[in-house]
Parts: sequence; structure tokens; C-alpha cells
Amino acid sequence: MRRRVTLLKNPSRERQLFQVRAIIALLLTLLLLLILLGRLFYLQRLQHDHYITLSTNNRVSVQPLAPTRGLIYDRNGVILAQNIPTYSLELVRERVEEMEWTLEEIGKLIQVEEDDLNRFRRELQRRRRFEAVPLRFRLDDKEVALIAVNLHRLPGVEINSSLTRHYPQGELTAHTVGYVGRINENELTSLDPTNYAATHYVGKIGVERSYEGLLHGEIGHQQVETNARGRVQRILERTPPRPGKNLYLNIDTALQRVAHQAFGEERGALVAIEPQSGAILSLVSVPGYDPNIFVNGVPLSTYEKLSTDRDQPLFNRALRGQYPPGSTIKPFIGLAGLELNQITTLDSVSCKGWFSLKNDDHRYRDWKKIGHGEIGLTRAIVESCDVFFYELSLKLGIDQISTFLAQFGFGAKTGSDLGGEASGLLPSREWKRRVRKEPWFPGETLITSIGQGFNLATPLQLGSATATLALRGRHMRPLVVREIEEPGSEQRTPLPPTLLAQLPVVDEGNWWRIERAMAKVVHDPNGTARGISHGLGYQMAGKTGTSQVFTLGQDAEYEAEELAKRLRDHALFIAFAPVDKPRIAVALIVENGGSGGAVAAPIARQVIDRYLQDNPVTEERKTDVAK
Amino acid sequence: MLLSDVSSSHGLFRRLHLDPPLLGGLLLLAAVGLVILFSAVSQDEAQLWRQVTRLAVSFGVMLLFAQIAPDTLLRWTHWIFAIGLIMLVAVLLFGDTGKGAQRWLRLGSIRFQPSELMKLAVPMMVAWYLAEKPLPPRLGHLAIATLIALVPTLLIARQPDLGTALLIATSGIFVLLFAGLQWRVIGSAALLAIPASWLLWTFGMHDYQRRRVLTFINPENDPLGAGYHIIQSKIAIGSGGTYGKGWLNGTQSHLEFLPERHTDFIFAVFGEEFGFMGIVLLLSLYLFIVLRGLYIATQAQDSFSRLLAGALSMTFLIYIFVNIGMVSGLLPVVGVPLPLISFGGSSMVTLMAGFGILMSIHTHRKLLKD
Repeated sequence: MRRRVTLLKNPSRERQLFQVRAIIALLLTLLLLLILLGRLFYLQRLQHDHYITLSTNNRVSVQPLAPTRGLIYDRNGVILAQNIPTYSLELVRERVEEMEWTLEEIGKLIQVEEDDLNRFRRELQRRRRFEAVPLRFRLDDKEVALIAVNLHRLPGVEINSSLTRHYPQGELTAHTVGYVGRINENELTSLDPTNYAATHYVGKIGVERSYEGLLHGEIGHQQVETNARGRVQRILERTPPRPGKNLYLNIDTALQRVAHQAFGEERGALVAIEPQSGAILSLVSVPGYDPNIFVNGVPLSTYEKLSTDRDQPLFNRALRGQYPPGSTIKPFIGLAGLELNQITTLDSVSCKGWFSLKNDDHRYRDWKKIGHGEIGLTRAIVESCDVFFYELSLKLGIDQISTFLAQFGFGAKTGSDLGGEASGLLPSREWKRRVRKEPWFPGETLITSIGQGFNLATPLQLGSATATLALRGRHMRPLVVREIEEPGSEQRTPLPPTLLAQLPVVDEGNWWRIERAMAKVVHDPNGTARGISHGLGYQMAGKTGTSQVFTLGQDAEYEAEELAKRLRDHALFIAFAPVDKPRIAVALIVENGGSGGAVAAPIARQVIDRYLQDNPVTEERKTDVAK
Repeated sequence: MLLSDVSSSHGLFRRLHLDPPLLGGLLLLAAVGLVILFSAVSQDEAQLWRQVTRLAVSFGVMLLFAQIAPDTLLRWTHWIFAIGLIMLVAVLLFGDTGKGAQRWLRLGSIRFQPSELMKLAVPMMVAWYLAEKPLPPRLGHLAIATLIALVPTLLIARQPDLGTALLIATSGIFVLLFAGLQWRVIGSAALLAIPASWLLWTFGMHDYQRRRVLTFINPENDPLGAGYHIIQSKIAIGSGGTYGKGWLNGTQSHLEFLPERHTDFIFAVFGEEFGFMGIVLLLSLYLFIVLRGLYIATQAQDSFSRLLAGALSMTFLIYIFVNIGMVSGLLPVVGVPLPLISFGGSSMVTLMAGFGILMSIHTHRKLLKD
């Protein structure tokens, strides 16, 4: 009974039931919409700042802009380092239809090395689809043309140009200007990551390295809006990069060329300095190399060939070559004898071709077996008598010799702005005890006085010492950079000459006597460099030297290579001219050249001739010099 | 009053069996949708015109369904449901695959999604079944009604199309709720839901669906993968702020950080460009449409019409809630479009057919003495 009743439909009750349910549905509707509104209120009002930051970070990115590297000129405005456009072949993945086919086609047109292909494939993985990935760098004109005419059938292939460092003088200035190369991992840690964010090259050696801070310039930035795939939509803000400073060097390219050619096939180094300013007019190390091959990474085979070449073209002999100065040290020892009142020019010794110490039967030989006879200081310099200096050295003693020579910069880096130089070696009692753990022996004083034994000097040191001697004690810091130019301004700031020290002068006459003796080396019929006096239109002071190869320095690598095959002495020569108003000082070495007078001196003459001819004394210059 | 019955005063609307308030709300919504879509497709007019065409077709379908009297619909219901069920089975057996799921049935050159048909057929069938029975339903009737909704739901979940399955289940549940489902039954079902969801997680879900749920719980776990959608969409909405970045100025959408920006995630574009104020207005418009639907249900004259009208209105609400909930990071990502705004055809046609049915229910009332 009851069951039947419940089965009957009751329209009005059902209608009521529905009304209640409809109201519940209405409440549910309001509840759900309020939940949504609450959530959106939370996101849009309460968390707005957070999300607006995220949204900005999403779309805005900062791109670094690399500055243009400063240019390097010589003293006359000849360009030594420049930025030239080079062409690279690049592929954009999203526009390339068939990658393998395209690579094959390119391979038919131009040469693509296996190395290039491997690097390309690796980079392709990393880059975004719309970014250009380089396949080949430094296309030559012919390759550019070959690709250009085929571009229409190679979609996604592009030829792009970028600036690459180029050294038009090549080998001539390689050891001075140096070169830049791609930044390596070690350098990454030491360079300022902000300023180098967009830079691919850094100075590796030479001026390019020592003046990196000025040449590089300051990075610029642009804020760009990118889409989700990283493609740039527009530039929002731009701070342009500030290009690096241009440098004008003291180097005279023409002089550099003369020196290079004068060396011919010989190995060696030459440094020419303007004594008044310390300006390095020429710095030559031969053989040289082409710095341009290092800019974009030198192929391993080429590098191995260069670095294992027994002539060591990569070795900067002028800065890092350490040679016994040989007899070129004699004018300095002689000056020490005079200034320290141990001798006068009237004193003489008897040279019988050898010398020995008391209680010792070892004979210290003179280069002239029959001896020079009765000989004074002047002739001892002119004819390069060894016995005279043996005797003098005993009067001076090693302590006075060391101290006196140190004033000229021997045994220490010159502090040149070129950097990377070796310090040479000036032996002393203290040094020997400290390093060799041995006392100083008197015989070592003897050979020190003729520039042998422990004595080592770099050509730059020798040149700087010669310049100091020429200026009677004014010791200037050797400088390779002359002026610094703000790019585009034409305004050059000269690098001021730096006086390192004014040596104490006891008697100007002593200096004059040494100068006269050195002049006679060239101009006297008995002078060891008399061979270069023919037709000389000015007075030149000089001193020859030979240094024995088997005593050659500490550079074991160098030594092992050379010793077995090349036992001839090194030929050295130092000079300055004109004697009364010196405008150029030169020091040079010809490795295994034999005789300083016959081989080294003529090179110096050619360089000095050229310099004095190119730079005649004007009234203005005269007053300059006087100042 | 907005909700009052004004159709009687408009002869033309009455003859076309249209409900002016509902029609007005829908047209306004469609217009808002076109405005934001224009921005979301980056001002691609061709896309915009395709959507205009779809809208026109959908409104046509609505007009067509409005002409079918509820009585007629009632007589067709079991046939429609049967055909729908057969087609769902057919889809599982030899349907077309798209985006990793079998959803499409190809009849000649026409591709058809039977699950769309079921969005209407399930509430109709459940309402048809319960309308004959005394209400509130007895447990036995309830079981059968549940089965009617469950079978198509499971078939669609197998495709797998979680979003649609959810909507269809919801539409069935709403019919039951409107039919007066007892609170103790609702309570027990809620308790049962806990072990059931564990079973679903362990045995009933595909890996990608599990990933979606996990990603929903912590989107930052996978910021470039599955979490990317939610993170970017929250950034878009949040960065819109109170007043928005302005029409066509949304950076998240125009710079393509926001995926699916013209389809399922179009609400994020709206939130970014029109801000919280715009959202309040949009939700008000949706609220108006839902309320009008519920009002129509209360005015309906028979159980079938009432239950169907109520369920259709609330399903529409669930569309909105699920879509906005998922885009704003409240709910996991399930493929539910934002009604009448998201770019896309088939679900819009179904929705508008539903509104046609609502209009039909309202305009085919017989004058009764109260």
C-alpha cells in the first residue's frame, strides 16, 4: 500500500523540491564564481608585483655589444694593427631545407675541413633554430664569389662579415705589436666578465697584451625584447660601446724594415732607443713570424712547426733572449774604474796575452794571444784588451762592479711598457751565496769584467744601458708607446718620458773619456769596428763584443737545441750617435755571428744611418734636445 | 528585471522560439570572445573570420534546436542516446587519432566527435529516465540513472578525453541533484570518492594524465615541460594586474610565451590584457547566463524540461569553472575550452545546441492556469 503511494508522482511536491535544488544550484554558482574571483584577486592584485617581474624577465634581455678594438700606428702614422672585415659562411637551421645536402653542396664549392664540420655540428646543437651558425671563417674573395652566385639555391646559407684583427706589417712588427687571439679558458677567469661579455679576442703578447686595457674599450649594452623562442623583437634601450683607444708607437716601421733586412739570414735581435725620451725606435727579433695566423686560432700543425723550429721564430730575443754581454760591458767597467777613482786614463798595464791570479796557475787569456803590450784604458776599449780589465776588476772588486752596473739597469727588468721581458743576470757575492750556495771566487770577478761568466743581459737591457751611457747617466724608462688617441677625436695624449734615475756623476770628464774611447772603436784605425767607419758622415761611439756560446745562459731548452750544432760565438755591438749629441742608441746581437766588429757593427751602422738621415736635426729639435 | 520573462512581449522572438535575455547575453559573450580572440591570434583576420563562421553556424544550430519542442525531444531521447553510445564504441574500435587520443569518427569527409553528442544525450537520457519516476529517486532508479551516465563517461575517458568525460559525468550528476538526490546519498558518494580516486590514480589513468595532476600540484617541478603552461599562464594573468596591459598589448601572449593562447588558455590573454576589472565584468556576464538558465529551469512545466534545463545551465558553469580554474592554476590542466571564447568548433556547436534546448523549453510552455 505504502509502496504504491510512493510510486505515484506528485507534481507540486516535485516542483517544490526542484525550487529548493535550484536555490542550492544558485548558491553553488555564486560559490564557484567567488572562488574564481578570489583566485584571480590573489594573482592580479596581491601577487601582481611578483608576476609583473616574471613577465618582464621573460621578455626583456640584455645583450652585450662588443667595443671596437683600438688601432695601433707607428710613430709616423703607419698602420700596424687594424680591424678589417672578414667573411664567414653561416647557416640558419630553420631556413635550411636539407642540412646534409646543403653541407655537401657547400663542400663542392669551397673547401670545408673536417675540424670545421665537427665544430659546426656541435654548435648547431647548442644554438637556437633561427641563429646563424658559422661553418667557415675567413673566406677569401674567390670563395665569397663562389658562394654568392649559388646562394639562390642554398636557402639558409649566409655570408656574414665581421671585424678581424689584421697586422699589415706582418713579420716586421710581430715581436713588438704582438697579436690577439681567441680568449681561452685561463684568460676567462682573469678577465672582467662584464666588460668582456661580448669580446672574442684578447691581446696575447706584445703591445696588444700590455695595452689590452686601453685597446679593448668599454662594452655597450642593448635591452631587447625577445619572444618565447628568443628571437629579438625590438630594441628597447641602447648604450653604445666605447671603442678602445688608438695607440701611436715609438716604433719607426721604416727603421724596423732596415734592421730586418740588415740581419739578412742571420738570427738575432736589435733594440734602438732615443736616449732623451727612452723611446724604443726599433725592436727587432729575427727570424719573426706572421702574427695574422694566430688571430683566429692557428692550426696545430702550423703551430708545432713554428714552436719546434730550431731557429725559434716565436722567441722574442730582444726581450727574452739572455746573452753574455761580452766585451760590450767594458766601457761600463772602465767608467766604474774612473768614477770610483781606481784608475786614470794615464795608468797602463802590461798585456802579455794572458793573466793569472796570485797563487793560481790558471791562465785567463786575452783574445789576442800575443798580447797588447803596454796598454791604457782608452786603447783597452778601442782594441778590447781583456787583460787590462782583469787587472781593473781586481782593483774594483765584485761588490763595486755589481753596484755600478746595477745603476745602468743590468740584472733587472727595464720596466719597459712592452712587458714580458727577462731580467738578465748581474752576478754578485750575495747572489752567488743565495742561489749557488757557494762563496765568490776571485776568478769570477775577472770574467765578469769582460762580460762572461754568470753575466747575462737582454738586448733591451743592453740598449737601455747604452742610452743611459750616451746621456751621461740619465736613465730613461724604455717606452714602446708614444701617444694615446681617443678614437675619433684626433687628440693624442703623449705618454710622458719617465726618468728612472739620474746616475751620480763624479766627473763629467770621465764620461767624456769613455765616449771618446768608444768613438775610437769605430773611427780609430785600430778600432775593433773600424770596418764601418768608411763614409760615415757623423761621429759614432760603439763597442764590439763576442760572447762564447758554451756559456750561454740558463735557458736549457734553447741551449740544448743550439749548442751541438752551432758553436760559433755570438756577435754583439752597442753604439750611439752622434757622439756629442746622441739621438739614437743601439744594441744588437747576431747569434753565432762570430765577430762583433765584422758582423754586428754593420747592422748598427745601417740602422743609425737611416735614422739620422730620416730625422735631421731641425732648430726645433735642437732646442728640444737642449731642454 | 533582468530575469523576468520578457519573451512574451516580443512577438518576433516568440515566433522564433528565442529567449531575448539569454540571446543577448550569448551575443555579448560572443562579441567579447571575438575581441579577445583577435588579440590572441595576433590580429590574424583569417582566423578571426573562421571563428565568426563557427559562431554563425553555432547560433544557427541554437535557432534550430529552439524550434524542437521539449515533447519531441523527449521522444527522441533514447534514440539519440543509443546512436551516441554506438558511435562511442565505434570510436574506440576504429576512430581517428589526434593528439594521442582517439576522439574522432570519420564519416566520408566529415570528421565527427561523438563525445560532443553525448554532452547533450547524457543529461537528456538521465532526465528522461528520472522524469517518469517519482522524485526524489529511489536507490534502484538512482543506480540505473548512474549507469546511464557512467557508461559513456568511461568510454570517453578511455579515448582518453578526461575533460569531456568530466563534463559529461557532471551533467549526469547535476540531473540527479536537481531530481532531489538525497543528502545522505551525496554524503556517502563523497566518502566513496576518496578510495575511488585512489583506484582511478592507480589503474585508471594514463601516464600523461598523472603527470598533469602532479604538475598541477607543483608546476615549478617541471618549468620547461608540463609545468610551463601553468607557470606562463599564471604570469600572464598576474602581470595583468587590476586594469590589464591593454588590448593587443599582452606581452606574454604576443611574444608567444603563453602556449595554447587562442584555445584552452585564452582566458590568460583576457586576464593579461583586461586585468581584474575585465575579469569581473566577464564573470558577471557568465553569471547572468547561468542564472537565466536556472530561471528557465524553474519556470519549466515538466520534470524532463526542468531537470534538463537545470543540468545544462550548471554544466555551462562547470565549463567556466574548470577552464578558468585550470588556467589560473587552481585545477589540473584538462582540455576544457572557455565557452564561446576559445577558438574551436565542435564544443561550441554543442553548447549552443544546449542553449537552443533551453530556449525551446522556455518558449514552448503552454499557458496553464496556476
